[in-house]
Formats: sequence, structure tokens, C-alpha cells
Amino acid sequence: MESKRASFEGALKALGVTVTATTESELEAAVTEAITEPAVGVALDDSVGSEAVSLAETPVTVDPTPVELREATTGVTSAQLGVGDYGSLVLTMTEQASELVSLFVERHVAILHEADIQPDMDTAIAELDERFNETGESAILATGPSATADMGALVKGAHGPKDVHVILVEEAE
Amino acid sequence: MSKADELRELMRTEGAAIAQNTQGFNDGRYDSVADLEDYEDLKSQARAIKEDAIADLPELLDQLTETVEANGGTVYIADDAADANDYIRNVVADRDADRVVKSKSMTSEEIEVNDALEADGVDVVETDLGEWVLQVADEAPSHIVAPAIHKSRESIAELFNERFDPEEPLETAEELTHFAREKLGEQIIDAQVGITGANFVTADTGTMALVTSEGNARKTVAATDTHVAVAGVEKIIPTVEDLHPFVELIGRSGTGQDITSYVSLLTPPVDTPVVDFTDDETPLSEFDNDREFHLVLIDNGRLDMREDDDLRETLYCIRCSACSNSCANFQSVGGHAFGGETYSGGIATGWEAGIEGLDTAAEFNDLCTGCTRCVNACPVGIDIPWINTVVRDRINRDKDTPGDWLVDGLTPDQEDGGAPLQKRFFGNFETIAKLGSATAPVSNWLADTSVSRQAMERVLGIDPRRDLPTFERETLVEWFETRESQVEDPDRRAVLYPDLYTNHVQVDRGKAAVKVLEALGVDVVVPPTASSGRAPLSQGMVATATDHAERVVDALAPHIDDGRDVVVVEPSDHAMFTREYERLLNDRAFTDLAENSYEVFEYVYGLLDNGADVGALSTVEGGEIAYHSHCQQRTLGLEAHTVAVLEDCGYDVTTSDVECCGMAGSFGYKSDYYELSMDVGDRLRTQLREDGVEERPVVASGTSCLEQIDALLERQPRHPIELLAE
Repeated sequence: MESKRASFEGALKALGVTVTATTESELEAAVTEAITEPAVGVALDDSVGSEAVSLAETPVTVDPTPVELREATTGVTSAQLGVGDYGSLVLTMTEQASELVSLFVERHVAILHEADIQPDMDTAIAELDERFNETGESAILATGPSATADMGALVKGAHGPKDVHVILVEEAE
Repeated sequence: MSKADELRELMRTEGAAIAQNTQGFNDGRYDSVADLEDYEDLKSQARAIKEDAIADLPELLDQLTETVEANGGTVYIADDAADANDYIRNVVADRDADRVVKSKSMTSEEIEVNDALEADGVDVVETDLGEWVLQVADEAPSHIVAPAIHKSRESIAELFNERFDPEEPLETAEELTHFAREKLGEQIIDAQVGITGANFVTADTGTMALVTSEGNARKTVAATDTHVAVAGVEKIIPTVEDLHPFVELIGRSGTGQDITSYVSLLTPPVDTPVVDFTDDETPLSEFDNDREFHLVLIDNGRLDMREDDDLRETLYCIRCSACSNSCANFQSVGGHAFGGETYSGGIATGWEAGIEGLDTAAEFNDLCTGCTRCVNACPVGIDIPWINTVVRDRINRDKDTPGDWLVDGLTPDQEDGGAPLQKRFFGNFETIAKLGSATAPVSNWLADTSVSRQAMERVLGIDPRRDLPTFERETLVEWFETRESQVEDPDRRAVLYPDLYTNHVQVDRGKAAVKVLEALGVDVVVPPTASSGRAPLSQGMVATATDHAERVVDALAPHIDDGRDVVVVEPSDHAMFTREYERLLNDRAFTDLAENSYEVFEYVYGLLDNGADVGALSTVEGGEIAYHSHCQQRTLGLEAHTVAVLEDCGYDVTTSDVECCGMAGSFGYKSDYYELSMDVGDRLRTQLREDGVEERPVVASGTSCLEQIDALLERQPRHPIELLAE
């Protein structure tokens, strides 16, 4: 059987979402590589790797002002889960404004820990069911870039990002 | 404007864009669900969740109210549109808002909240790009998912260029989208209140699911501090986990996408800080997230629908639009013809009957021909044609009784309320066919005179451009009576059901069916039997159809008890026996008939599969043939049997894949619908005229399909059973 990571990457490719894989130690380099400046971001919480992981050594402005957000091309946030069979990312809605950073930009770079890839939608929603019941939180199931066909042909980048890039953080050896 | 004129005008102005878009969505659905391993299982899960949720609705409403209030939001249950609008106006006024941004919501269309807010001087902006196009154009949606589906890129460009006068005229879809994004983006960050719909709301956590691809719902919620969600009470499901089948099904069913770009799962008020988008000093995380949330749940007739055994299923609807996209008539005329005040397409009859009333439903209800193509398309398995039939019956009974003298003798039906004359004429086709055969060929000659045709057009609305069926003097039953059994040591015994057309009009295909069955070792009888009731049912004459069903069972049950299988030539009658009769008969009578009935090719397939010799039939070597199945036959999954048997007999078969031929029983005969019927038929004609198909003889399973193809093509079509008996 295809591994959940392979299935996830295959689904992302079909959606036109690019992927790079990295390790915790190389994460900042990978982020720097993936963004188009100006870039803004949300401080990475413990959903991605250890506390040692940060964006300090990248050109990303963490916790920007609203004007900086509007002027940014790229928004960097973490993703809570990946859904293998659909290539969906489960995005959080935090007080750090992860929702705004992932949405009000042209390019969204999502950082996802490989261990957080769920094989299928059923499993992902079962996990959300558990989390929502515990914490009362919210999430966005984001699959590929924002798009519309309302103007007579499929156009990527309607209200939300036109490009999505996923940085997969692999397990430490 | 007459109905025919209105439809003609819509086909001319909106038809091309609607056809292209709906067929694209529909083809996408076929592709996308084919990739889903457990599609049928997901549909059953979805159906079961909705069934239970509607059954438990009062309890779920209480639970949800508690949950949302515990989360810090408010719940308001509105009796009707005015009640909902009053509440929303107060929220907007309390917030002192001068701009409201909206994410597309059919429920807010239903209550016309924009008008209510605009009357208060509030600027209301639709953020879904399609919905915004309509707002700019001052038009109504024509589709529940893609509201501006009827507008071409060119017409949108023309609209924007005229209205906004941009420096460079807009032309491409990309330019138009970018322009709308910029324009709307500024308005969104400037608004105080965001109104969204809700596709589902879970009672356990108060989480609402919003399905979009553009991201406008996300922005509508994130950029404002007051969120009003407007939804029908039927949107509640018990748990977050219950969202699973819907998340997998809704995009696939609607537009053929595996999933839409965004499914927001919001448990409001959300944590996202409320920011001032002009601030260049304060970091995002330092803004507070002081948010207000109001969930407005609307009854507006729904709780009564819940008590209504026939309309209840409408409440299972998840507004995916699969019924519209799969509907051949909708593909031609769209929701401006096939819709009421808010909802459009197949399921709209149920919604409009429940929410607006029978008058509104009556305006478009007859555009449902009962072809059942939407039944398998619907992810929650709603029997939409049945709802439409029941509503048609209620509409009939709501009308004044027609002049009895006109229909006396021709309408020995069970309709105490009195359907309109045209409906009673078509509904009583059994009587006409009997009379026609008894007096043929005089009846045929008489019917075809110009005086008769004019009278039929004037009194009955039968279009003079249609050829009338030609009745045979000797019916199939009469032919069979004088015949000895041809099979001495039968392998099986069957009763061939003499449907109305096979018995009176297309007698040859009946004879062919008898010969084919006998050649394969089946002892056949063809007893006199009532017509199935398909004709009255299609006119909404449910009591008459029930009477037919009972008479059919009376005639066939002794043969079934005697060990005979029931073989049916006409697919729409086979569908009656195996689908609709469940609604008309008691369980036992229905099950006995349904379990013992076979469509003729399904039966032949079974005989061959069980060892009968195909060599006993007329076979060819590589004979090329084009085959058009029948809508109801395909719904029942019976198209493949005909193809397999024909291939077994040596034919190289090309099949059509249009949703319907357009004739749809009596529909194509009616002056109001003749041109629509031909427009739908044009799609079949195009397929049958393609390269490599053009030269092939055509066979078709359904009576009305045969009539329609006869009208569409030079090549005269036949029923495929006739090929096997040559």
C-alpha cells in the first residue's frame, strides 16, 4: 500500500501545490528558499517540531502589523494536519492571527510535520472531532489554492492565495 | 408571455452558458465519484445522518442552542423571513454598521435579507464572485451553487466595463477575477458585520461548516467583528464526526471537484484577532478578538415539512446542485425557468412547496419529467421525482375542476379533485389506446386530419409538430391469444407484460420479445393486463396510478404465484414495478412483483448467463450499432445488460451518454415544452451524428426515446429486441 506521505504528496501535486521536505535543523533554510519576499509569518508553535524551531533566521516578519500583512506576498504558518488522500491541510485559527496570515497573501507556505499526515479524511475528521470537543477550537480544511470559475474559466487566486507550498518536516533520524 | 415563449427566450439568451456549465459539473461528478471507492457507502451514511437528524431535530435544536450560548454566541430561531430579518437588522443596527459583507447563502436569498438591510441604509456587499456579478447586474441566481452560471465571460466583461469603466477594458477570466478580488477585498476589510450561510452545524460543539472555493467566507468572518450565520433549521447534525461523509461528497456531487478549496469548520466566536487593516504599528497578535456571533436558524415552513410524509425528504437536501446538473431540462433552460422564488432545479419543487407554497412550485414543477437521473446523483438519496409527483398531484387538486363534459368517457380516473384537462388526457392514455386500436385504421386517419390536430392543440395543448402514435388494429394480446405455446420442455416460464405501447402501437417489438424468449426455452404467456400507471403518475394523478398498480397486481400475481417471471419490454414500466410501486402498493404486493420482474434484456442476459444458447438468436458478425438506453433504465443500472447481450450477438455497440432524449413520455407532445424537448434531444442527435456513429443503425429501449429519435434522425430506430428475433 502507498504510504500516507506518498499519497499526500501525490494529491498535492495534482492540486498544483509544491512540496519540499526538510528536517527541523534545516527548516529555516527551507522557509527562506520557499518564500517570495516580502513575507510575513506566525511564530511556530509546538505543533511543528520542538521549541527550538523558529523563523528568527529567515526574512519572514513574524507577527507583522496589518499593513505589513497587506503588503506581503507570502504568508508562513504551520498546519495542524495533512490529509493523505485529498492533499488537504488543516489550518489553525489562533490568536496569533494564523487565519489572516494564511489567507490575505498571494502565496501561502504551510509547515507540516510529517507525523501529522493522516491517511484519509475519515481519520482527520475523527481527530478534529476529538480536538473540537476538548478545546472548542476551529480549523480550516484547505485543499489547494483559492479558485473560482465564476468568471467563465477556472482562475486560481480568487479571494485567497494563488499559490500554496508545503514544507514537510521529516522525523529526526 | 406564454410558457413556450418564455422557455424559448431563456434557451436563446442563457441556454448555451447553462448547458456548458451544468454538463461540465455533471461530467465532473461522474469522474470524481468514480474515483471514490466507497461512494455508495458514503451516500448511505450521509442519508442516515440526515434522516436521524431530522427525526431528532427538536432535541438537536435545544442542544445546539445550549452549546452556542456556552461558547459565547447567541441563537435565534426565526419563524419566518420577516422575523429573521428583524433580528438581523437589529444586530446590524446595534453594531452601528454601515457595511455588511456576505458570503453566498441560499437561505439569505430565501429571506431577502439584502433588501431588508438596504432599506435601513446599510451597504450590503456579496463577496462570492458569481453572486457579486448578479448583484452588479441586479439579477437573481439561476443555480444554487454557481449563481451566475447563466452568464458568459463575455457578458460579465461587458457588464463590468460598462459599470466600472476601468482604465483598460477587462476581457479575460483572469482579469475579471482579479478586478473583482481587488474591488471586493477593499470592501471586506472595511465592513463591520459578516453574514454567512452554514452548510452544516454540529450540535455537539456548535461548529459550523462552510464550503467555498474562493475563500470569501473565510475573509467575511475574519475581517469583521460581528458574524451572523443564517441557516435553515434542517442544517443541524449531531456531531463533528458526522461531517465526514458530507465533506467527501458535497464538492464531488456539486461541481465534480473532489473537495472544494476551503471547508471552514468554525466554532464561533473564533480566536482570530480583529485587526484594523490600516494600522502599521500594532502586531497582529496584539489586537484583541472581541467577537460577536449570532446564529439565526430559520423555520419558514421547515418544521411543517418535517411533519409531511412526502416533503420531509426535502430537508435532507445538502444544496449540492447535483439534481440540477444531472437534469436534462435544467441543462437547457436553467434555474430562471426551472425554479421558484429562491431554489431551482429538481429539489426546488420540494423547497418552494414547503417554503413559498404550491403556487410558486406550480410555476416550474412540470419541468420535472420524472426521468430519475437525479435520484442516483443525489448524495443523500432523495427521491426527488416522487416529491415532484406528489406536489403535482397537490397542485392538480388545488385547481378548479375542468369541464366534465369535455373529458367524459375519456377519463375514467380516480381523481376526485380534477387534474387539468391536458393532464387527464395524457393520464388516461390507456383508454385512448384501447379506443385507438379498436377503431384503427380509422382512428389513425382521423387523428391526423388538420381539423383534429387543431382541436388537439387548442383543447389539449398537443403540439402539431409531433407525429402521433399509430395504433395497430390487432393488439399484442390479441395476436398472442390465437397462438399455441412454442416451447415443449421449457427451462423457465414467464409472463410478458403487455405494456400500453407494446400492446397497441409497437406490437412488433412485443412479438419479437415473445420469439426471443421462446427461442431461449422460455414458455411465455401474454395475458390482458392494465397499463402500469406510468401515464397518470407522470401527470401527478397519484390515485389513478394507484388504481392501475392494483389492477396490474391483480392480473400478474396469479402468474407469479404460478412460478412465472415477469418480463417487461418498456423500461419506464419496469421502473414502475421496481421503484414507484413501492409508494403505491402495500409491501407484500410490491415486493412480490418487484422481485419477480425483469427488464427484457436483463432477463435475456440472465438466460444466456445460465447456459441458454446465444446461437438460438439472430446473430451477426461485427454489426455496428448505436444504442440509446433509457433514463429510468440507467437509474436502475440496467443499461449494461442490453449492451452485453448485443455484444454477445456479435454487435459492435456505441452507446449514448446524454442524460435524456428529451421526449420523456408525454412531455415532448405538449406545445409548451415541444421546443425544450427538441433542444434536449439535440444533444442526443449530436452524439448519434458523430463520426463513426453517423452510419450506424440506432436502437433504443424506451418508447418515447424511439419516438424522439425518429423525429431527430433520418434513420428510423428500433427496439434492440427486434434485432435478436430477425
